[in-house]
Amino acid sequence: MIRVMLPQHLRTLAHVDGDVELDVAAPVTLRSVLDALEERYPTLRGTIRDHGTLQHRPFLRFFVCEEDWSHQPPDAPLPEAVSSGREPFMVIGAIAGG
Amino acid sequence: MSKVRVLVGTRKGGFILTADGKREKWEVSGPYFTGWEIYHMKGSPADPNRIYASQTSGWFGQIIQVSKDGGKTWETPGGGMKVEAGRMPAGESNRFVYDTSSETGAPLTTHQWYDGTQHPWEFKRVWHIEPSLSDPDTVYAGIEDAALFRSTDGAHSWHELAGLRGHGTGPKWQPGAGGMGLHTIVLDRSNPQRMFIAISAAGAFRTDDGGKTWKPINRGLKSPYLPDQIAEVGHCVHRIAMHPSRPGVLYMQKHWDVMRTDDAGENWREVSGNLPTDFGFVVDVHAHEPETIYVVPIKSDSEHFPLEGKLRVYRSKSGGNEWEALTKGLPQENCYVNVLRDAMAVDSLDSCGIYFGTTGGQVYASADAGESWNPIVRDLPAVLSVEVQTLA
Repeated sequence: MIRVMLPQHLRTLAHVDGDVELDVAAPVTLRSVLDALEERYPTLRGTIRDHGTLQHRPFLRFFVCEEDWSHQPPDAPLPEAVSSGREPFMVIGAIAGG
Repeated sequence: MSKVRVLVGTRKGGFILTADGKREKWEVSGPYFTGWEIYHMKGSPADPNRIYASQTSGWFGQIIQVSKDGGKTWETPGGGMKVEAGRMPAGESNRFVYDTSSETGAPLTTHQWYDGTQHPWEFKRVWHIEPSLSDPDTVYAGIEDAALFRSTDGAHSWHELAGLRGHGTGPKWQPGAGGMGLHTIVLDRSNPQRMFIAISAAGAFRTDDGGKTWKPINRGLKSPYLPDQIAEVGHCVHRIAMHPSRPGVLYMQKHWDVMRTDDAGENWREVSGNLPTDFGFVVDVHAHEPETIYVVPIKSDSEHFPLEGKLRVYRSKSGGNEWEALTKGLPQENCYVNVLRDAMAVDSLDSCGIYFGTTGGQVYASADAGESWNPIVRDLPAVLSVEVQTLA
């Protein structure tokens, strides 16, 4: 079970409170986690990554085990601590005012 | 008794203001979609309880929200929990993909950038939503970077009317200070095949075949910021308004100049007349008097506030040229707000109501065609859009 932490606006949009828990088949990667997240919550499609290019939005970053995974290859396996659910996969919005 | 419902989009959410036909006591609901920019909300003329909203964010992109009960509850079409085994989810309501297929026109991938170089066409947001006059499930969306999309399934899916970008002038379009948005969509009640749109900064365009092909309609516009001041395209049109009974007559607030056409855009002439400044964003038409029009003059293109700190709506009862200031109830000192292009609307009650919102968060209403004004609310986030529904 993968735990995903979403920014507040996306939790509101998906009608969820707290972390999202997802079943993701191995190998667990950035791409497979986002695929599973969007399949479970279709309303999030297009909000984290572009529909067509699948590039993540410029004001969003991904953190895993205190490391920035925003620019890692999408098919690189995530650490075991994430795939086992001990550590969350974090989607974080840039602090950019407004 | 008749009611009015005012749909207000702001920088930090949407609001719905309702009142009976007297328009004296207002109920305020919201904010909806808190923290997001609500660029535009508009109800379907064919089903007033159907309301579409453009919810957008620099962080999370574009969402389309739809209400089927007059704004009490909202949904993201196609974005529900239904997932069929083995299939990708169907949440497509926020998917706006430019059509570059050869079947619908020459692939068009760049427009002019501020420095004159070519720049890729990139989807940014939905500026304006225009529901069909006859079908609640059909709705048009004006996009930044400029394009026109249509949904015929209640905003579940969107498809570009690619002929607009495919007619060849696209590489000459360029963004204004606010971006290159398609912000105005005017439907012709007398001719379902005819539609007008406007883009900053490209100009006005018309289709006579339901959106397949388009022509620029900018003859008569003059823009000092263009190398060719009377170019076919490149003009920064801010807003176009039409009275339903006079579909060939259009009024335009351009970057500078208030303009009028009597032949569906074939020729425009300036009707700024005695306005103290003819820069501005909004223009609208009285519901029952096709020659009575309203603008809010703004000082200049760098000073986006009223002249002398006095918020004045100007009304012409002669279709332009002769204007009178309407000030009763509006602040006449120290007022430095702006009124953005989608932020004025009229109701269709017997005594026509006029409404506008400001970047200072006020929404003003006049229940007597502009003679006197009152703020419905004073302290909303900056107002991006105002639309009005007149309900039986």
